[in-house]
Amino acid sequence: MKASLSWLNEYVPVKMKASDLSDALTMAGLEVEAVSDRYDYLSSVVTGRIVEVHPHPNADRLKLCEVDVGDRVVSVVCGASNVEKDLLVPAALPGTLFPDGSLLKKSEIRGQQSEGMLCSEAELRIAANASGIMVLDGDLSPGLPLNQALGLSDPVFEIDLTPNRSDCLSIIGIAREIAALQNTSIKLPDTDIPETGNKISEFTSVTLKAPDLCPRYSARLIFDITVAPSPFWLQDRLMSVGLKPINNIVDITNFVMMETGQPLHAFDFERLADNKIVVRAANKGENFTTLDRKQHTLSSDMLMICDGEKPVALAGVMGGLNSEIEDTTTKVLIESAYFDPVCIRKTSKKLGLNTESSHRFERGTDPEGTIRAVNRAARLMLEMGGGKLIEGLIDEYPESITKKAIPLSVSDTNRLLGIRLDQDEIDTLLQSIECKVKKKGNDKLEVLPPSFRVDIARPVDLMEEVARLSGYNNIPTTFPLIPAEARKPALQIDSRNRIKDLMTGFGFTEIISYSFINKLSSSLFSVQTDNPEKSLVEILNPLSEDHAVMRTSLIPGLLATMNHNISKQVRNLKIFEIGKTFFSTGTDKQAEETEMLSGLWTGSRFENSWLSKETACDFYDIKGVVEELLRSLGLSGTKFTRMPKASCNYTKPGYTAQIILENDPMDKMIGLVAEVDSRMLENFGLEQTAFIFELNISRLIRLIPTVKTAKPIPKFPATSRDITIIIDKDVEAENILRGVEILNDEEELVENLSLFDIYEGEPVPKTKKSVSFRITYRSSQGTLEDDTVNQIHSNITHRLIKKFDATLPD
Amino acid sequence: MEKTIEQIKEEALDELKTASDIETIKALSVLYLGRKGLVTQFLRDISKLPQEKRPGAGKQANKVKKILDTAFKEAIELLKKEAAETDDHIDVSLPGRAVAQGSLHPITQINRQIFEIFTKLGFDIAEGPEVETDYYNFEALNIPKNHPARDMQDTFYISDNIILRTQTSPMQVRVMEKQKPPVRIIAPGKVYRCDSDLTHTPMFHQVEGLLVDENISFGDLKGILNTFIHQIFDTQTSLRFRPSFFPFTEPSAEVDILCVICRGKGCRVCSHTGWLEVLGCGMVHPVIFENIGYDTSRYTGFAFGMGVERIAMLKYGIDDIRKFFENDLRFLRQF
Repeated sequence: MKASLSWLNEYVPVKMKASDLSDALTMAGLEVEAVSDRYDYLSSVVTGRIVEVHPHPNADRLKLCEVDVGDRVVSVVCGASNVEKDLLVPAALPGTLFPDGSLLKKSEIRGQQSEGMLCSEAELRIAANASGIMVLDGDLSPGLPLNQALGLSDPVFEIDLTPNRSDCLSIIGIAREIAALQNTSIKLPDTDIPETGNKISEFTSVTLKAPDLCPRYSARLIFDITVAPSPFWLQDRLMSVGLKPINNIVDITNFVMMETGQPLHAFDFERLADNKIVVRAANKGENFTTLDRKQHTLSSDMLMICDGEKPVALAGVMGGLNSEIEDTTTKVLIESAYFDPVCIRKTSKKLGLNTESSHRFERGTDPEGTIRAVNRAARLMLEMGGGKLIEGLIDEYPESITKKAIPLSVSDTNRLLGIRLDQDEIDTLLQSIECKVKKKGNDKLEVLPPSFRVDIARPVDLMEEVARLSGYNNIPTTFPLIPAEARKPALQIDSRNRIKDLMTGFGFTEIISYSFINKLSSSLFSVQTDNPEKSLVEILNPLSEDHAVMRTSLIPGLLATMNHNISKQVRNLKIFEIGKTFFSTGTDKQAEETEMLSGLWTGSRFENSWLSKETACDFYDIKGVVEELLRSLGLSGTKFTRMPKASCNYTKPGYTAQIILENDPMDKMIGLVAEVDSRMLENFGLEQTAFIFELNISRLIRLIPTVKTAKPIPKFPATSRDITIIIDKDVEAENILRGVEILNDEEELVENLSLFDIYEGEPVPKTKKSVSFRITYRSSQGTLEDDTVNQIHSNITHRLIKKFDATLPD
Repeated sequence: MEKTIEQIKEEALDELKTASDIETIKALSVLYLGRKGLVTQFLRDISKLPQEKRPGAGKQANKVKKILDTAFKEAIELLKKEAAETDDHIDVSLPGRAVAQGSLHPITQINRQIFEIFTKLGFDIAEGPEVETDYYNFEALNIPKNHPARDMQDTFYISDNIILRTQTSPMQVRVMEKQKPPVRIIAPGKVYRCDSDLTHTPMFHQVEGLLVDENISFGDLKGILNTFIHQIFDTQTSLRFRPSFFPFTEPSAEVDILCVICRGKGCRVCSHTGWLEVLGCGMVHPVIFENIGYDTSRYTGFAFGMGVERIAMLKYGIDDIRKFFENDLRFLRQF
């Protein structure tokens, strides 16, 4: 909502400076977003002295003026008859942006350069006179900005109104606020029309067929009017708040709407069939063409203004093309109605038509304001368009919308706000915004808010007014009396923090990517073993195709991040993200949301340095991260097994491990470690190999032991033995290690197992590999004797050989 | 006995003279004074001497043992000292072997600071679904369908009744439905709005707070938010409360803080106003309590909400909100 200071001054003498007024309005809840002077465009229009006038060589009616604009002399082509040597005139220089949006540029007129424009008052939009170039007081020196030279200044406040303050969608509404702030009163324009008869009923009638959607419809009729451009002052007012003048009739309806907040509509009375108005709900599927020449298909919850045959306006939103005011119009019916806010909003939303009118109606207009507005418009039309008023007023208002008095407790008000005002103080504050207040006993007030304050309905609404009017910043700062209990973050949050800290410790940087991704990515990134019935959560109104569905994996985000960074020459990345993935659980149902941790490592393991050559990272680097992460979280017994081919379409087959936690009651995959499939990399425009992991954090966090118990440090020394066996290539290391553990069950002397060499190639046969590992033996009872260890070791060796059909190396 | 103790001593001292490094001296020490060393052996063999010679020999041998021990130690000390005085060195200016530490996203870091302040004040942290129902996101918060307040937040729809939450306020209702007063929670998380430009991203992070108890006033809300702002910025950062409108609070306020960049003098960041809008808040609207079934005559409460990106931008001097989600490592590694 825009309001110029000069317009506000019509209703309330503003005592504050523009900047103070701006602050005061902001602090009263009418946030001033910007203040600009509407004559700012005149700063590039300067006073210019005409030093020479030549005839234009190629055009008889044009002249070529040499104009001194202070710092230089410019040539300007001009067509006005009153230009003369030595005259001081306004010269608009290139770059001037006029209020109608036109930008003045250097131009060539009939072969002559024109470095500006000499202007009339009308061209400058400062007065109506268009009869010739404006002549300025000769005492002024050339080169002065015109707004300064003429003392033209009018600040325009741009107010960001909250949806509850529909009463301030008008200049008078804002003036009322200013009056309350200044403790002055406001002066409303005279709208009195003495009623001398009811001739109007002979010409027309209004029938409300849907009084729930249109509780009130007021109208007046004016005949013999002349449609013409509006006078300058009216055009000027409209342009000051950003509206475009059209003709006197339309301009007056717009002016009154801006002034009072009551949207009006003017119909060409002669185009109304049967000369009457019928207000009814639309028929489903009915078609209607609005003023903007767009055709709409209506639904039955919309409200139509009709004549005797057909709809003529989409109530409260926009008039119809079939009844709009034309240059030849002589009879006008002015509509001033109160429409149901919800109905107007639905219509406006459904049809995508947001107008100044619908904006006001859907927020709620003053049901008691229709008559003042229609009278104001009628008086202005008579003033400007001539014509005569048909005596009488139509005011269909079957059921009065009366406000009920609201009981307000002084003590409740003080308790909620934390202040100490007495009954009288609250009374005075509420009266300043035109509430009618009656005192009841010592603590109670009965408050009748003014009809234009549609937002005040409950005691708490009045308490807010009390707070607002006494100033939020005058409320003392206190502290709630609450028990001194510190709270621990929930397990989920605590564990998430630990995981993030561990990951950064491992050198990974945390990223956050959008939860919505491209649909193709989402369907590509799903693990088939994990319930194929799950479907995507799709957004009905996405910002773009790339943000169209909720992600089912964090990997696309990691790959997109990899792409972004590689394009910026950052090729070595260790990144991770914790966030949710989303799967649909059915239409109109909330999604299944799973918190995931995913990491990506690409590029080097070590960057090139004087200590070592750059080495590329591989599968085992990222697997090491996962192992250490799980170990640090106290999760033991992690199993990595080869993912069956074709069950995960974004990782490289054969290079994908599924992670299973031993103590997981669900006993199924909790995550994976893998090399990214090369086709998937291509989808993201990537060439460089990348290794990833994913863990289901929602599940994993529940498995993290919450209690830690110290174990005694071993008292007796350990002994270790190495073993090398030749075994089938396909036997996985995990199986061998587990084999040893199982064999050890009886003695429980094997403390640790570590694999230290895998060898394939000569002299090991082609289908075999040599595997070496070290077994550490320790007893908690005493130092192990060599003989004992040798015995167990040889047992284990023999049983391993048997179990895996292995041999010892030659 | 083959050699006298004196001979052993002389030989040892001669050999010591030719020894030029610590290892050799240590070996000599073992050779003479070790468990099976010559002097040790000599001492052990004293028992084989005639009774009358034993005391003298023992005394002498112990003396030799002491002399040699001192000589070896001194020789080692001398060598160490010499070594210390030589110019043997490494290039200490060469960079060390890299130990890479990653970094936490700036949003995570600010979130943690916010959590810490509020958990100290006795607030619990409540998290909830990001794909939310229209009811919890709007209806239960006094934002009926077809209310102009819906225009305040552009919503992503999944279906008629399922949306991406536009605020973390639904958690207020979800928590109050399960819990009787007193309630003290903050609800952090991702929220979504159809909006994308220099100052808006379609996803961002919010922390919402709620406190419900007996006798909670607007003054108390000011107190808690003062504490919070003073903790997250500093005690010089003053606050001002401006009337505003949120459908689920009444009275509602916007909270401006004194511009942390220019300290109120006016700069580009605060659009030359000296103030920055950082929080929305208010007293919980009685309609919300009525929907939940709380006794409005007994309980009052306040709620507040803030954008985490906004706080991070001000704290770290970040001028474009989109940087948070571009995940450029050159940006992220600065935090």
